[in-house]
Amino acid sequence: MSSVEANKSMVAVPARKRMGLMGRKLGMTQLLLATGQRVAVTVIQAGPGVVVQRKTAERDGYAAVQLGFEPGKPSRFNKPELGHVARAGGTPFRQLREFQGGGDLEVGATIGVSDLFRAGALVNITGTSKGRGFAGVMKRHGFKGFSASHGTHEFFRHGGSIGNRSYPGRVFKGKRMPGHFGNERITTRNLKIAQVRAEDNVLLVLGAVAGATGGWVEVRPAAGGLT
Amino acid sequence: MSRGAIIQRIDAEQLRSDIPDFRPGDTVRVHAKVVEGDKERIQTFEGAVLRRQNGGIRETFTVRKISYGVGVERTFPLHSPRVDKIEVLTRGRVRRAKLYYLRGLSGRAARIREVGQTR
Repeated sequence: MSSVEANKSMVAVPARKRMGLMGRKLGMTQLLLATGQRVAVTVIQAGPGVVVQRKTAERDGYAAVQLGFEPGKPSRFNKPELGHVARAGGTPFRQLREFQGGGDLEVGATIGVSDLFRAGALVNITGTSKGRGFAGVMKRHGFKGFSASHGTHEFFRHGGSIGNRSYPGRVFKGKRMPGHFGNERITTRNLKIAQVRAEDNVLLVLGAVAGATGGWVEVRPAAGGLT
Repeated sequence: MSRGAIIQRIDAEQLRSDIPDFRPGDTVRVHAKVVEGDKERIQTFEGAVLRRQNGGIRETFTVRKISYGVGVERTFPLHSPRVDKIEVLTRGRVRRAKLYYLRGLSGRAARIREVGQTR
């Protein structure tokens, strides 16, 4: 199995421990376990990534690799962008992301889900949450609002009082109020990988991941997540 | 491969092909695997199918029976590996997809006519 190979390469190259991949959230479904449980899983298509550039401690002050994901049409990129990927094969990528570790990888090398992840390991997944625009306190902070009856007038979804009177004479910083909600970077930590499907470059992780279906997510091993 | 197709394939791999065709109103015997202590055995649950809900990998069905004078309903995930076997005993003639009205009936009134049987 591919997951066994991934295990071996990880033992041989511990530098890859911190490497991750960018991917797309494909949606959620459920797995039926032999124990009869039904568990919710998020389906993520991650990589394959191609090494576009290597950052070295001597030249850049730190070691990392820049990976490109999802090859794009060359006509949609400008000359500096095309020149940047020339040594990695010349195909421009729609997403470029740097990852630490992976210092053994040469420019042009390809890395897929089975090289980094295997079932049972823990990962952190970062996504951009769905934007909800200017949201009230009930949606944004989970306030309870007011009763629908008992004489409530034009106050159903309000947050109530925001402070006292002349003492302290101001509203405290950080007071939860309506405002822009969503469209922020959210990392969900320690998600367990349920399955690695190398043929589609797909990961199934237990639980939910921030962001809309089709959105970009970043998958990285969790600290101490290699079991 | 398109994005939706991957999820469809993950679901399709888990669907069971050994499920007989049955509908609300049918009487079925469900052989469910149960774990008692460290032993696993098969328990049967026999009654009328009250409803089938959802679709695909999420599909469930509910069976109702009267046990010692008490109505008992059990809902099984249709494609669960814990369901060993489903036997269809009779085909019922009903005019609803969800037979919730059976809950309010008992005895002779709660009978379901069989397909082909005249009143």
